Amino acid sequence: MTALLTVTNLSRRFGGVHALRRVCLDVAPGETHAVIGPNGAGKSTLFRLIGGQLTASAGGIVYDGQRIDRLPPHRRARLGIAIAFQDAPVFRGMTVAENAMVGAHAVTRAGPLAAVLRLPRHRREEKEIRTAAAAALDRAGLAAWADRPAEDLPLGRQRALQMARALCGRPRLLLLDEPASGLRGPERTALAGLIEELRAEGLSILLVEHDVGFVSRLADRVTVLDLGRVLATGPFPEIRTDPVVISAYLGAPA
Amino acid sequence: MAELVGYLITGVGVGCAYALLGSGLVVIHRVTRVVNFAQGGFAVLAALTVTTLLTAGLPHGLAESLAVLLATGIGLLTGMVAIGRPGTTPQAALIITLGLGVLAYAVEIFLWGDQPRSFPGLPGSTAVLGARVQTHYLLIIGVTAVILGATALLFARTDRGRALTATADDPYAARIVGIDVARMGLLAFALGGALGGLAGVLVTPVQQVSFDSDVVLVVNGFSAAILGNLTRPGLTLAGGLLLGVVQALVGGYLSTAYQTEVALIFMLGVLILRSSSARVEEVTA
Repeated sequence: MTALLTVTNLSRRFGGVHALRRVCLDVAPGETHAVIGPNGAGKSTLFRLIGGQLTASAGGIVYDGQRIDRLPPHRRARLGIAIAFQDAPVFRGMTVAENAMVGAHAVTRAGPLAAVLRLPRHRREEKEIRTAAAAALDRAGLAAWADRPAEDLPLGRQRALQMARALCGRPRLLLLDEPASGLRGPERTALAGLIEELRAEGLSILLVEHDVGFVSRLADRVTVLDLGRVLATGPFPEIRTDPVVISAYLGAPA
Repeated sequence: MAELVGYLITGVGVGCAYALLGSGLVVIHRVTRVVNFAQGGFAVLAALTVTTLLTAGLPHGLAESLAVLLATGIGLLTGMVAIGRPGTTPQAALIITLGLGVLAYAVEIFLWGDQPRSFPGLPGSTAVLGARVQTHYLLIIGVTAVILGATALLFARTDRGRALTATADDPYAARIVGIDVARMGLLAFALGGALGGLAGVLVTPVQQVSFDSDVVLVVNGFSAAILGNLTRPGLTLAGGLLLGVVQALVGGYLSTAYQTEVALIFMLGVLILRSSSARVEEVTA
């Protein structure tokens, strides 16, 4: 099966510092692929290169058979790549429902003229957006918060809203940037549950995460980064016993 | 009493023009962080264009609509020049808009000369609570209500509107959800052009314009917008109406010679009061 996302020899320098060196990685359709590694391993850099917030010094990114590494972030989003968490804060000045509806912008087609003239096409699309947003909020457990300002949400609910917003764009590839960071207990379990559900539905997910426990539960494959290089790629049980990974990052198995 | 009602209505009418102009400033500032000093120019350009189109024999309504359309296009062009190059800071863009405003003077003097011009609005007068006011003032108020209402709907109920709001809220996150932030900036400038042009077209029959009327208009529109911190449309409308009414009252009961000055000083007072009460809230919070 051809991969949905293929990253080839991706490198990024900041001045003289190599944040990423010739990183290769792919995400198969329906796969949940996790990238782990200590702070400074290059996880965030990799993530931003794929999302388009940074451009690569060398190497390429192919998504769905198309080179995307020179496209601006919004074009990548419109191709079906959605981002949630760290780098994608909620719109604090908008309501929870509006936040979710903005997520649908990635798939809207009716132009401003259709909106101004209130053409049937615009009305139909607006109705679809409302329905999709309500469904996404419901799914993320936020239905009761729909009309509240997004800035009122506690951290765990903000994460849920980011997921709902991403889902409204009907993505094919979901990029999750440290979903578990700062969350504990029930919030964490709820978020992991939602990600598991999406995975079961066949959504492709690339997840960058510090927390090994969280990753072991969700990922089909794991790529370990250290100092900008790939140490190993494989299913978690294999990675867990890889001597190189153990000495560099995981520590001895308990 | 009739006199007071008359002043109030004419004040609200002129205030509507300030509110429209100020709303244009707010839309542009929220989405792009640029204070657009060419905003008054949109109004003047549209107004002068109407005088030419009417002279050429175009009917009312069509002439005004075409002029507003032209202002919309000029707004878009202003945006392209001011923020078209990626990485232009809002401060640099502000200076560019100021420069474009001066350039507009040259073009306007070349085309229309330097004498004030006007054109007839809605004819006749109407009795309101015993006061007779020019019917055109009621037209200004009605059109402004409809247009500002429609603008509010555009922002609240359409995908483009939400994309504009999201860009205003957080451009970085907006890009991530698939919004073309640069295009939203241009759309905001076009909207600003339309609102500015409309202000000029509406107010000219009751207040003639010349090439440099943009200063008075933009200063008033800006003060209205500042009441809402350049971000809040509702307060901008309130600010515009307040300015218009105070000017009409000063003009009516004291002297028209310094109505603008008094109104602006009044606005300064409101702002000082507001910021000191905000500080008190901060301290007690």
